[in-house]
Amino acid sequence: MIRNCHLSALPANDLVKILLKKEENLKKKQTIPEKIWQFFCAVKLSVITLVLLAVTSIIGTVILQNGSKAEYLRLYGETFYGLIRIFKFDDMYHAWWFLGLIILLCINLVVCSIERLSITWKIIFPKKIKFNPERFRKQKNLESWSVKNKDIKTVTSDCEAFLSKTVGRVIKEETSDSTILYSEKGRWTRIGVYVVHSSILLLLAGALIGMIFGFKAFLNLDEGKSSGTAIISKTKARVDLGFLIRCNTFDVKFYDTGAPEEFKSNLTIIENGKESFTKDILVNHPLRYKGINIFQASYGSASPDSAAVDIIRMSDKKIVSRKIKIGEEIELPENQGSFQLEGFLPHFDFRGHNLGETFIGKITLKEGKSFQIGLPVKFPTFDKMRKGKFAFTVKEYEQKYYTGLQVTKDPGVWYVYVGFILMIIGCWITFFMSHVSYFIEIKKQSGKSCRVSISGTTNRNNQGLKLKIKKYVIKLKGI
Amino acid sequence: MDSSLSLSTATFVYALASIFYIGSFSFKQKFFAKIGFIILCLGFFFNTYGIILRWIESYQMGYGHAPFANMYESLVFFSWTIAVLYIFIELKYKESIIGVFASPLVFLSIAYASLSPDISSEISPLIPALKSNWLIAHVITCFLGYAGFAVAFGFSIIYFVKPKSSESKSFFAKLPSWDLIDELTYQMVVFGFLFLTIGIITGSVWANSAWGKYWSWDPKETWSLITWFVYAIFMHLRMMKGWHGKKLAIVSIIGFMAVIFTYFGVNFLLSGLHSYG
Repeated sequence: MIRNCHLSALPANDLVKILLKKEENLKKKQTIPEKIWQFFCAVKLSVITLVLLAVTSIIGTVILQNGSKAEYLRLYGETFYGLIRIFKFDDMYHAWWFLGLIILLCINLVVCSIERLSITWKIIFPKKIKFNPERFRKQKNLESWSVKNKDIKTVTSDCEAFLSKTVGRVIKEETSDSTILYSEKGRWTRIGVYVVHSSILLLLAGALIGMIFGFKAFLNLDEGKSSGTAIISKTKARVDLGFLIRCNTFDVKFYDTGAPEEFKSNLTIIENGKESFTKDILVNHPLRYKGINIFQASYGSASPDSAAVDIIRMSDKKIVSRKIKIGEEIELPENQGSFQLEGFLPHFDFRGHNLGETFIGKITLKEGKSFQIGLPVKFPTFDKMRKGKFAFTVKEYEQKYYTGLQVTKDPGVWYVYVGFILMIIGCWITFFMSHVSYFIEIKKQSGKSCRVSISGTTNRNNQGLKLKIKKYVIKLKGI
Repeated sequence: MDSSLSLSTATFVYALASIFYIGSFSFKQKFFAKIGFIILCLGFFFNTYGIILRWIESYQMGYGHAPFANMYESLVFFSWTIAVLYIFIELKYKESIIGVFASPLVFLSIAYASLSPDISSEISPLIPALKSNWLIAHVITCFLGYAGFAVAFGFSIIYFVKPKSSESKSFFAKLPSWDLIDELTYQMVVFGFLFLTIGIITGSVWANSAWGKYWSWDPKETWSLITWFVYAIFMHLRMMKGWHGKKLAIVSIIGFMAVIFTYFGVNFLLSGLHSYG
């Protein structure tokens, strides 16, 4: 039954009707595989899956993702935490049921597309273009007018020339009292929706490849140090990069407002013991090498090698300046004991206040008693408050940073990018291009006059077609 | 004239345009709508001029970035995109009456930017993550998408106030026919969908070049995807299930709610990479 229709000139709505009818026919008697096929090719299933995906996606934006157990217990309590664990709401975009929904959508999309394409294929690539004049005579956008004092043949050839110039090849049919002209364009644009659907499959395939063969890791590198391994964010496992990264220098610039303006790391890639090349990386300007991408992600203060320290004798304010290496122990003046510069902290907590970058030292008095002192760089008089025999102040030290690098590998990204391009092209074809057919009929009237009517069909944007036909009428009348 | 004066002027001119459109509708005077259109174009001029001035001013201050970097700037640009889209539709379809629903949206967005005490209009320097040419492409495409959905939302409202039969003596009977509204709503959703798609894609490519991940389920990303799903549902219902009229208008309204949440809700209620605007 379906095959007898004039599929070639069908608009989208008629296609829907055919599909619905086909669905109805199939409902009557079905084997089990047919039923399964039927289940997956229902548009209802696509809509339901999309609704479920949209609604469940909200959960992950409300519930904390990838947090620790303690955080969940504090935020949501014991009972709700159990629920979070069962449904994996703590990493819901990778939960079995969410991935299941995506797979369901994919199957649905593939089955739907095959089912539909088997019908539209004949429309897109017909053996012979046919059209039904009655359909065009009934169109709402039909416009007609009379032409006086003009030969029907001239009118016909004018219309034909116009159609072939603005639309495309013209099919001409003549009957005893009238001439029919038909022309169409954009038949191929019906393929657009399949381009969109396949782009989605390509995107997901790319994502899957990335999930299996890629990784996302981080690497904190002090200035001057190098490393060949990074730590995977999720599992905390080490991954070998196949080459060494050395951080030569790190720079951070600030605006007058105090907000960071730019972070920059100067990195050298070392391969097989040889320096391969050196490059600056900034946020938004990563380094890519052998499928591995190295991004500037964060930074922090690294431990300096040494500091210039003033030792002040409190009784007479006499100052002795020394440059002390981290870990080095020096004798205090007058054999009062010793002082060791133990280390450096980027943040020093003192009675609930963060005093910033601070050196930690240990004083061992000659009696053998020892204790730790903190020397915050920003507060040079801090150690005086201890009221010891000597006060220590850090005068100078070379500020060193570590650079926080994000190291990723994703072999699936090119599939995703091709998917992106296909999706944009597909959407453009689907939404802004259409299969349009025009129909002009020239009828002989009494005397030397005739009646011309024009109408058209399209698979989308009827309003646009209506306006276009009105424009064509003005042009045709002007000829 | 500096940028803030130009944008304040735009706000008041847009308010005036809305009044004329609503007046034209209430008193059934086509003439008012014509004046409304001219005033709207004038407001659009000030809006454009203000954005360009702001761009120049940011260079004069030494920050040098496109004016798309915070909530204030994005709202001003949102007004601009709705205005440009609406002016295009009115010129193309010659139906001024629908401006009743579109022009207030243009005004509301820029008025919220100018008048809300929570939104700072200061030109601030760009954080390192935003320093990329993708910023311009990403913001322009996303907001064109949002604008398409906003205008579609305006049209969808018409279904709930206009009686279906043309003989009705209701106050709203003069609104364009359901057929035209259906077509226009669809056109706007399609326009919005294409640009939202490109917006998500540009954002994704940008994220990949800045952080090495094209998708990380950040709340803004997730919500934009939710919006995308809703409008994908809209298209399938219309094209495959033959939905029309009120039923479909409800889907369009839900879609716009998702847009609003993606735009404001995520910034104000949830945390993530887009907290700056």
